[in-house]
Amino acid sequence: MSKRLFVKGNEAVAMAAVEAGCRYYFGYPITPQSDIPEYLSRELPKLDGEFIQAESEIASINMLLGASAAGVRAMTSSSGPGISLKQEGISYMSGSELPGVIVNISRSGPGLGGIDASQADYFQSVKGGGHGGYHIIVLAPSSVQEMYDLTMLAFDLADIYRMPVMVLGDSVVGQMKEALVPHKRPETELPPKDWAVRGKGDGEQRVVKSLYLGDGELEAHNWKLHAKYLVLKEEECRWEDYETADAELVVAAFGSAARIAATAVIMAREAGMKVGLLRPITLFPFPEKAFFNVTQRCKKVLDIELNTGQMVEDVRLSVVGDAEVFFYGRPPGAGSLPTPEELLEQIKKYY
Amino acid sequence: MQQVFRRPLSLKDVQTHFCPGCHHGTIHRLVAEAIDEYGVQKRTIGIASVGCSVFLYSYFNIDVVESPHGRAPAVATGVKRAKPDSIVFTYQGDGDLAAIGTSEIIHAANRGEQITVIFVNNTTYGMTGGQMAPTTLVGQKTSTSPYGRNQAKDGAPLRMAELMAQLEGVAFSARVAVNTSRNLFEAKKQIKNAFRYQVEGKGFSFIEALSACPTNWGMDPLRANERVGTEMCDYFKLGVFKNVENL
Ligand SMILES: Cc1ncc(C[n+]2csc(CCOP(=O)(O)OP(=O)(O)O)c2C)c(N)n1
Ligand code: SF4
Repeated sequence: MSKRLFVKGNEAVAMAAVEAGCRYYFGYPITPQSDIPEYLSRELPKLDGEFIQAESEIASINMLLGASAAGVRAMTSSSGPGISLKQEGISYMSGSELPGVIVNISRSGPGLGGIDASQADYFQSVKGGGHGGYHIIVLAPSSVQEMYDLTMLAFDLADIYRMPVMVLGDSVVGQMKEALVPHKRPETELPPKDWAVRGKGDGEQRVVKSLYLGDGELEAHNWKLHAKYLVLKEEECRWEDYETADAELVVAAFGSAARIAATAVIMAREAGMKVGLLRPITLFPFPEKAFFNVTQRCKKVLDIELNTGQMVEDVRLSVVGDAEVFFYGRPPGAGSLPTPEELLEQIKKYY
Repeated sequence: MQQVFRRPLSLKDVQTHFCPGCHHGTIHRLVAEAIDEYGVQKRTIGIASVGCSVFLYSYFNIDVVESPHGRAPAVATGVKRAKPDSIVFTYQGDGDLAAIGTSEIIHAANRGEQITVIFVNNTTYGMTGGQMAPTTLVGQKTSTSPYGRNQAKDGAPLRMAELMAQLEGVAFSARVAVNTSRNLFEAKKQIKNAFRYQVEGKGFSFIEALSACPTNWGMDPLRANERVGTEMCDYFKLGVFKNVENL
């Protein structure tokens, strides 16, 4: 299992899903994520799994809802407009406390936009993209290896917390080929799915639902969901910290932007500047404490995104009061991916 | 003494919230009888939709998954593929199935999913207060067709049972009514048939049940019951439109 492979990020996602025990996939074609359904349409039938190319993203997310309600590991993937169509289903899954993995190889927008790397769906992903006030766990890989690792983690987190988990990438991490060392599914202890429908047999009736009409019921349900989000903030924040210990300026970036930013940070170090990188891996729960801790000492943060400024709001809410937060970003589209040199200029500007 | 009439095992002993004269309760009972008939209560999973039948789980003593408005056939697909040994049925109103959910019903049927669909046609949106449905009859007044359904602008009412029969994936499609004892008897038979198809693995089965909504029709229960047999049956003919066993 430890041999090195050279694969696309999207393939790494599909391979990790299979290794994680996912045997059910429902999706609808859209660029730049189609390698995922293509891989799974080939592999799942060999494993007695089910692959359905659904009539729409709406149908796919609801097939995922049904399969998850029946207690199996299942996944869907999409991008941009397709993820928008899934939002009602994600809201129902959140309300019904259903696990399920949603891969979003996001594209640029709004509207049909384009297929270039984009981080414009940060808000949609982390702030509850559908109605009713909820959160899902959002993981942001920045390499092919992480596409694999975080997809595998997504299935465990979904089962542990009984909620949808999104793997949020884009065409850079999805389409790029890189070395991957696949590994076995970790032996995580998972809670029994004693809520899943199965046909009641001689047991009690089980109902998977999000409707609560009794006096005080829905409020209690919402507080219960909220309590889970607080546990997530305590237990599941993940981030990468690179050379921040002595940094006088910390760059904040996630996913593909963090790859470019990392190169710029190395260039800055080579030029003698004390610059570090703080890369959130979980976008929800957002690693607030990591930003608070680093800004106890370092008072300058430069947030870089492939959009006009979204995660920067969470960075501003997390830092120590007297820290300054600067922003540099470019809305996505053909020819608008910043270069490391361009980011180095920004680092110099605020350093 | 022999008990000749009893509550089906698959129904709970509770009062329903349906209005007086509503046919949802009767259709619930026929579905429960069919589940009992084949002894599959313990492996049946019901898929509730959004509409007056949303409380399916309160009345049926079976496992239930609630789905978003119109999406029950997609949810049923996910459940059935994950648990092929279970008996899965959806229970949907006409707004749910024939308006917002047309895409899901057509494609689940076309894939020949091994599920049963109970489609309750009451020519209106019951739960939301009697708006125009895709099945509202031409000329029928509703809260959003105050001048009557105008075919030139609103289109003609959809005949779903006939439409479904056209699809290769559909094994059985019938329209029934429960307004008279004779129709009720026939409805019972065809709903059982629809479940038998699934139990025997014969494919996708579809039942359209004509249903009264006295509340939103502005009629007393007797008049509403009568309307099912007259206006509704005139346009929505009762019968079996596809039965692969007879092909
Ligand atoms: C996406 C969405 N749109 C609209 C609604 C509001 N809504 C609830 S039930 C319903 C229609 C119910 O009518 P029908 O399906 O005919 O069932 P009935 O109540 O008549 O049994 C509508 C439009 C909703 N819940 N979700
Ligand atoms: S509103 Fe109509 S469909 Fe709904 S319960 Fe009352 S009579 Fe039945």
